[in-house]
Amino acid sequence: MATGPGLIISIEEKRYADSVAPTLSGFKAEIAPGSVTAILGPSGIGKSTLLRIIAGIDRDFSGHVTIDGQPAAEAAPPGFLFQDPRLLPWLTTSDNVRTAGKGVSTEKAMAALARTGLADHANLYPHQLSGGMQRRAALARALALNAGLLLLDEPFVSLDRSLVEEMYELIASVAAADGPTMILVTHMTEDAARLADRVLVLSGTPAHITADLALSKPRYQRDRATLDTYRQLIEGAN
Amino acid sequence: MAGLPQIGEPPRAGRKRALPLLELLSFPILLLVWQVLAMVLAHRLFPSPIAVGQEMLRLATEGKLLTDLSKTLWRASLAFILAMLLGTALGILLGRKAWLDRLFSSWLLVGLNLPAIVVAIALYIWLGLTETALILAVVINKVPLVATTIREGVRSFAPEFDELALAMRWPPAKRLRLIFLPQLMPFVLAAARTGLSLIWKIVLVFEVLGSDGGVGYRVSLFFQFFDITGILAYTSAFILVVLAIEYGVLRPIEKRVLQWRPAQA
Repeated sequence: MATGPGLIISIEEKRYADSVAPTLSGFKAEIAPGSVTAILGPSGIGKSTLLRIIAGIDRDFSGHVTIDGQPAAEAAPPGFLFQDPRLLPWLTTSDNVRTAGKGVSTEKAMAALARTGLADHANLYPHQLSGGMQRRAALARALALNAGLLLLDEPFVSLDRSLVEEMYELIASVAAADGPTMILVTHMTEDAARLADRVLVLSGTPAHITADLALSKPRYQRDRATLDTYRQLIEGAN
Repeated sequence: MAGLPQIGEPPRAGRKRALPLLELLSFPILLLVWQVLAMVLAHRLFPSPIAVGQEMLRLATEGKLLTDLSKTLWRASLAFILAMLLGTALGILLGRKAWLDRLFSSWLLVGLNLPAIVVAIALYIWLGLTETALILAVVINKVPLVATTIREGVRSFAPEFDELALAMRWPPAKRLRLIFLPQLMPFVLAAARTGLSLIWKIVLVFEVLGSDGGVGYRVSLFFQFFDITGILAYTSAFILVVLAIEYGVLRPIEKRVLQWRPAQA
């Protein structure tokens, strides 16, 4: 089992051209290879911006992000699950998964779809899928590449409870089996308590890390009492 | 109210199946209306579709209908291809580069509002009654319309897909194939359809104005003799060709390219 890369994130400042105050400031963190890190904070604080910087999409910031020593924009593509499914509407579900990268054959795409329970929907177009299915198809695309780095932007938002449980299980199984380095952005304490080894709490204006909590393994299969403890711990730091 | 469809309810399967049949019946109904009107009016200046059909057959076998049709088709096709190529390239540039749009949008506005006949007359004066002048006049009339449609299309592209491409490190060719062209195609097809219908009409008018043959030229000759049957025979033949292009070329392309779109109710 190959372990994902380690990251060094150092963002001195990220400011959007049309905003007076910077969005992020003084964000420094080292992410261990193969870890699951949750970045927790309220909506609109800059979590997605942070993820876009890590993915190498947003290069307009002062500071640096390295992935196994390489600048983020030059590193191997991460598996990225955007907040919206962002499936290409003109491609079928399996073709969408195949767009993940050169190495993603039809077989690999089908395997990723099977993993997310969508094997029977491979030939449908995105508009023919429900919202939850679209989210799972997007997850299949993020997983198909077997990327060392997985970036998940609010993966459980607006999903019904049973589907969230399925997604928790799926993401936990991916973390256990493939060992990627995972960064999960969420505003839900529950997501962080269930899946993460480490929680970075973002707050303030500009946003910065206000708490850095380590949670013990195993992930996901935590008993209720442990989960409650973690929830209180995280909420206390939030 | 149990039997009535509610707002937002999908059309019933039976109604969906009836839609192609309705389309198929559309032209026979038009011909029938024409025939009935011709019988009611019973005037030599309002010939029946049967009379027009017979005249069309006669002109095709004994007259110059096929030669004229091919001449007009050639002019329209060449003008269409040139206008689409130029208009698409211009539209993409204007849609992507704000400074170019600022610089040339007023030119586009002038182009859109320039009377077609003025362009044709000016070019006939400058270049003489030539094939080049005619085709150039059509192209100049059509390019602004194509460019405007494409520019609006490019402006409406979803920036989220560009982010997706960046995250996945797609090379430019892959971005072009997977993001740019699929978003552009509906607008190209819309421009092609409106463009084609406009070009047919303009070519005919310009042929009336000055040319050595073609459907427009022949129609103007028939006009001098008040030969309405001949005019309608030429027009009908021309419409048949346009329909053949619509159903034989444009629709299959559209169906193939836009098959991913949700079916329209």
